[in-house]
Amino acid sequence: MRNPLADEVVKIKPSGIRKFFDIVSEMKDAISLGVGEPDFDTPWHIRDEGIYSLEKGRTHYTSNAGLIELREEICRYLRRRFQVDYDPKKETLITVGGSEAIDIGMRAMLNPGDEVLIPQPSYVSYEPCAILAGGKPVIIDLKAENEFRLTAQELLDAITEKTKLLILPFPNNPTGAIMERADLEAVAKVCIEKDIYVMSDEIYGELTYKEEHVSIASLPQMKERTLLINGFSKSHAMTGWRLGYVCGPAEIIAQMTKIHQFAIMCAPTMAQYAAVDALKNGDGDVAQMREAYDQRRRFLLNAFREMGLECFEPYGAFYVFPCIKEFGMTSDEFANRFLQEEKVAVVPGTAFGDSGEGFLRISYAYSIEKLKVAMGKLEHFITRLRACEK
Amino acid sequence: MNMREKILTMIEKNSRIGVKEISVMLGEDELAVANELKAMEEEGVICGYHTLIDWEKTSIEKVSALIEVRVTPQRGQGFDNIAERIYNYPEVNSVYLISGGYDLLVSLEGKSLKEVSGFVSQKLSALDTVLSTATHFILKKYKDHGTVLCKKYEDERELITP
Repeated sequence: MRNPLADEVVKIKPSGIRKFFDIVSEMKDAISLGVGEPDFDTPWHIRDEGIYSLEKGRTHYTSNAGLIELREEICRYLRRRFQVDYDPKKETLITVGGSEAIDIGMRAMLNPGDEVLIPQPSYVSYEPCAILAGGKPVIIDLKAENEFRLTAQELLDAITEKTKLLILPFPNNPTGAIMERADLEAVAKVCIEKDIYVMSDEIYGELTYKEEHVSIASLPQMKERTLLINGFSKSHAMTGWRLGYVCGPAEIIAQMTKIHQFAIMCAPTMAQYAAVDALKNGDGDVAQMREAYDQRRRFLLNAFREMGLECFEPYGAFYVFPCIKEFGMTSDEFANRFLQEEKVAVVPGTAFGDSGEGFLRISYAYSIEKLKVAMGKLEHFITRLRACEK
Repeated sequence: MNMREKILTMIEKNSRIGVKEISVMLGEDELAVANELKAMEEEGVICGYHTLIDWEKTSIEKVSALIEVRVTPQRGQGFDNIAERIYNYPEVNSVYLISGGYDLLVSLEGKSLKEVSGFVSQKLSALDTVLSTATHFILKKYKDHGTVLCKKYEDERELITP
């Protein structure tokens, strides 16, 4: 029989997280700090709206680009929160999570051999999506000494004549790093000079704990070269509803809508109705969750300080990214031993790119009680490691 | 939210939390938090540090009731005087002045149905200014003080996700 598979797909490495997941799921009583989604359930009024839409029999397709009512709410929201102006009719597309937007954005923009700059550590899907779209991923290794921000110099060094697109994954999963206005201005200047487009994944945009998140699309001359990706998963604790959106130049959105139309048809209708309510009445919930995350973030950083574990202060998302280089182990070894010996699961930094070596991603989308228990175990573990070294 | 509101939001859900922990989680100075707590105790903003108990799950029998009370307000006193006469009974848990169809909402705890009804008929109804009462016995507490009592939160998320 002929080989049924496409070579390009087979070549793609499975996510490093998958391997670890298989080990963890074998252990019954493990505490996990490895989850990349909120611990909060979707606020009740939003769920209620979803239920209501089902009761009313809103069980049909919406237009390909999504409910116009929702697109209008999204544009109002982006204006009020991030000072960017988009046309709901031509510059906005509702997608199945931010993930779909990443995929079809690259497919709409990349020609064979176009280079895509991907700063890492970062979310696992940029690289495979770039490959599947025929592009060539070029990795920029972010550095701990820059608090894992992207600098203009790093960007300049990576640019070639073939560079077309920069992925800008901030606030960042897994590091928790943010890009402040000045950082973005420096990057934007390079993008304009070198005529590069930006795919800005701002799915954690509501979760910052220093200055308010700045969207690179709000900087002068950037809107026309930026795809702004966002969604409801992290901000409104709506991961399972699978709802995101992308805003950008009309000509790109039109092509993306075409792919979306053939591949997906439209995002889930019930979720779209619920999301309208999320944007109209959900600001208070978002603020409450942000405050809870911020408290846990401070709690973890203090716990690290007390046990002498090195960690830069991250100001975004719900992850901390402590450094474990002092123990002379790889991230993988550390995470595996920590799991075997203390039954706590954290994700090795290398799951998010080679530059994550020497770091762990610890999620604080968990209750303080759970974090306390886990930190007790972490302290126990590293105390033992340090004692062995002596 | 200012520091005071943040502290209150925190201890409203967990009164056992320590000063150190509050200060870490709010990113505030420990001494400042301690002073704020003390000030709020003195000002009567913080009235106590109670424990939320689901008595249903113990072997101790308790009966709770909500009683609607209609009263005649007194000249120069309004409802305060009659409210005081009611809240002084130790078996009374709370007394609220209510807008609408009746005046005072009294919540009450007793060992038995008999004890509660005895209080209503012999003490509450016997007050001169009380015009009428309507007693509602509580059959089940689903949620109390913002906490769901009838089921536990379970983390149903996948153990590891990107």
